[in-house]
Amino acid sequence: MTVVLFFIFGALTIGGALGVVLARNPVHSALFLVLTLVSVAVLFLLQDAQLVAAVQIIVYAGAIVVLFLFVIMLLGVDQTEPFAEPLRFQRPVALALGAILLAEVLLLAGHRWATGAKTARGVGITGGAFGSNIQRVARVLFTTFLWPFEITAVLLVIAVIGAVVLARRSAQTPDSESESAPRSGS
Amino acid sequence: MTEFYRQYLSVAVLIGAAALMFGAMLGAGRLLRPNRPQPEKFITYEAGSDPVGGWGQSNVRYYVYALLFVMFDVEAVFIFPWAVNLKSLGVYGLIEMAVFIIVLTLGLVYAWRKGVLRWA
Amino acid sequence: MTRLANPFPGGDPLFNHGLDLTVIGFVIVKTLIVFGLLLVSVLLYIWFMRKVIADMQNRIGPDQAGPFGILQTLADGIKLFFKEHSTPARADRPVYLLAPFVSALAAFLAFAIVPFGGIARLGTHTTFLQLADPPVGVLWLLAMSGIGVYGVMLAGWSSGSKYPLLGSVRASAQVLSYEAAMGLSIVGVLVHTGTLSTRGIVLQQTWQNWHSFVSQWLWLPAIGAFVIFLIAATAETNHPPFDFSEAEEELAGGYHIEYGGIRFAIFYLAEFMNMITMSAIAVTLFLGGPSGPKLGFLNQGGWVNVWIVPVFWFLLKLWVVLYATVWLRASLPRLRYDLLMDLGWKVLIEAAFLWAMVTGVIVVGQDQHWNLWIVTPAAAVAALLVYGFLMMCVPGKRELEDIR
Repeated sequence: MTVVLFFIFGALTIGGALGVVLARNPVHSALFLVLTLVSVAVLFLLQDAQLVAAVQIIVYAGAIVVLFLFVIMLLGVDQTEPFAEPLRFQRPVALALGAILLAEVLLLAGHRWATGAKTARGVGITGGAFGSNIQRVARVLFTTFLWPFEITAVLLVIAVIGAVVLARRSAQTPDSESESAPRSGS
Repeated sequence: MTEFYRQYLSVAVLIGAAALMFGAMLGAGRLLRPNRPQPEKFITYEAGSDPVGGWGQSNVRYYVYALLFVMFDVEAVFIFPWAVNLKSLGVYGLIEMAVFIIVLTLGLVYAWRKGVLRWA
Repeated sequence: MTRLANPFPGGDPLFNHGLDLTVIGFVIVKTLIVFGLLLVSVLLYIWFMRKVIADMQNRIGPDQAGPFGILQTLADGIKLFFKEHSTPARADRPVYLLAPFVSALAAFLAFAIVPFGGIARLGTHTTFLQLADPPVGVLWLLAMSGIGVYGVMLAGWSSGSKYPLLGSVRASAQVLSYEAAMGLSIVGVLVHTGTLSTRGIVLQQTWQNWHSFVSQWLWLPAIGAFVIFLIAATAETNHPPFDFSEAEEELAGGYHIEYGGIRFAIFYLAEFMNMITMSAIAVTLFLGGPSGPKLGFLNQGGWVNVWIVPVFWFLLKLWVVLYATVWLRASLPRLRYDLLMDLGWKVLIEAAFLWAMVTGVIVVGQDQHWNLWIVTPAAAVAALLVYGFLMMCVPGKRELEDIR
């Protein structure tokens, strides 16, 4: 049964990913991306990675793709994407990078898990107290991986600073305000 | 595998029930409702006047809010396991989270000081 | 509060003896019953809301369909089946048709984690009166409200029209802003309970005696989080005074202007379903869920005390909270949008942080046997100092004018 579910959601993941690339409309692409992300979340659940699955939906589907949609709507929804490439060597470079990524993933999958654990289930994630899975993650996150955790905060702040700078720049040009949202209610 | 069913079998059933209900509603609606298409019925609604211009676009301010939301969402995701495990993490846990929150608040304060959180 | 031991650490005991057809049958029947009751609750809630508001405004309200007009919502719903459906020519058809279902499905699924009763025994089987109890618990709520945003965004975008687009961008920005505050306010509960599971959270709030009302139920120990949660949940569900998604005067109706007939009915259903879910979550997190005093003159383990009484307490609390939402709707005018965003980002998020940290200090202090009479005021003063410092860092209204 696990295998059947795995293949169903694996197929949905790949189908969604293909949809992201092939859809002409950027909003449709974003929706296919949501399909992929949710399917991956189900795959995580099948591995009993409960917290990661929840995070996958909350952060990626619930926040990042919404951010994409805001950008698409910001750019104007009835604009179509021109097919000329802005960067000249985009396609060969993309192919090369893709090949490298694939090789990496195959290498990792063939040998050992990135976390160093033998299998996803080998560490005894299931059973035990409520949310033992989450407690385990928390213990590792706030002891062994404390430094990356704190660095994440800095990374997020940098992203916000960049966005604020860009937003202020585009707000200063008068054009972008033309069809902006009205000051509601005032 | 039982664990997966223990937690999500009912969710699957719920999705199925909702899908059945939606299907039944749409089917019943299709049978019951009239269908007399006229070109005027397909015009975009603009409070009675003829629609003008394109489709419109949103404002850059919303983008900043969405990005700030990403930041706080990631933060919330980290703070949840922390809260659940607080007792075993003890004083160190408190300090770690305080540092994390203060760094993130800097981002919010920056956006605030630069005036992008203002509607005018 | 003192932490109580959880008698069912592994989750719903229904599955303890493996998975067979009886168990699957149990789950299906339970789910279908809850689904049906939810639909009925939505119908009743809309009728209840109209009746109460009418009463507050010295009107009679709906009184034609059925006794006291109780079937009014059903009649309205049936009417919508007879409405012609027309997709606007400029709409993006697949997304336009999909959007209402995304909204409604997310609203239904969010309810799955609500414990609406105690622990029921039927024959040899024992089960929680609750649909799902995933270890991620409350995170499930955040995940589903994250998915629910898509219904609003996509409806507005795919209509191919200006007002819905403006309405949906506005509404989704609002929902996102308050989702951040809501998530952080829930932390104020988790610090006390030490578990994310909703069943675990209500088991922490088990009724022992009248003292439990203030010491075990979390509304008092987490009063700051409770207030923040209520405000954020009101905004999250687009409920007055935060109902910007359908500001009639400005947007001619908001993100669902271009929808009619059944698809509009589904949006409407989703909106009120969200109301009920959020109220139920508030009951779960802060008001003890199904716990409450049992009937002393009956057998403590008898079916009345095990089945009926917890469900009764849950429903009673739920409808008290729902009554409060109706009261809000009847009394408060809509806020201004800039004030709404300011409240979310400049007040609630900071307050939720500070509350979480202060409670964290108290919980750790309790655990390590510090003197709480010193630690609690010290933490509160420190929090106020931090907040004051923050307020000094950010510019006032006048300075902001200069920055631009």
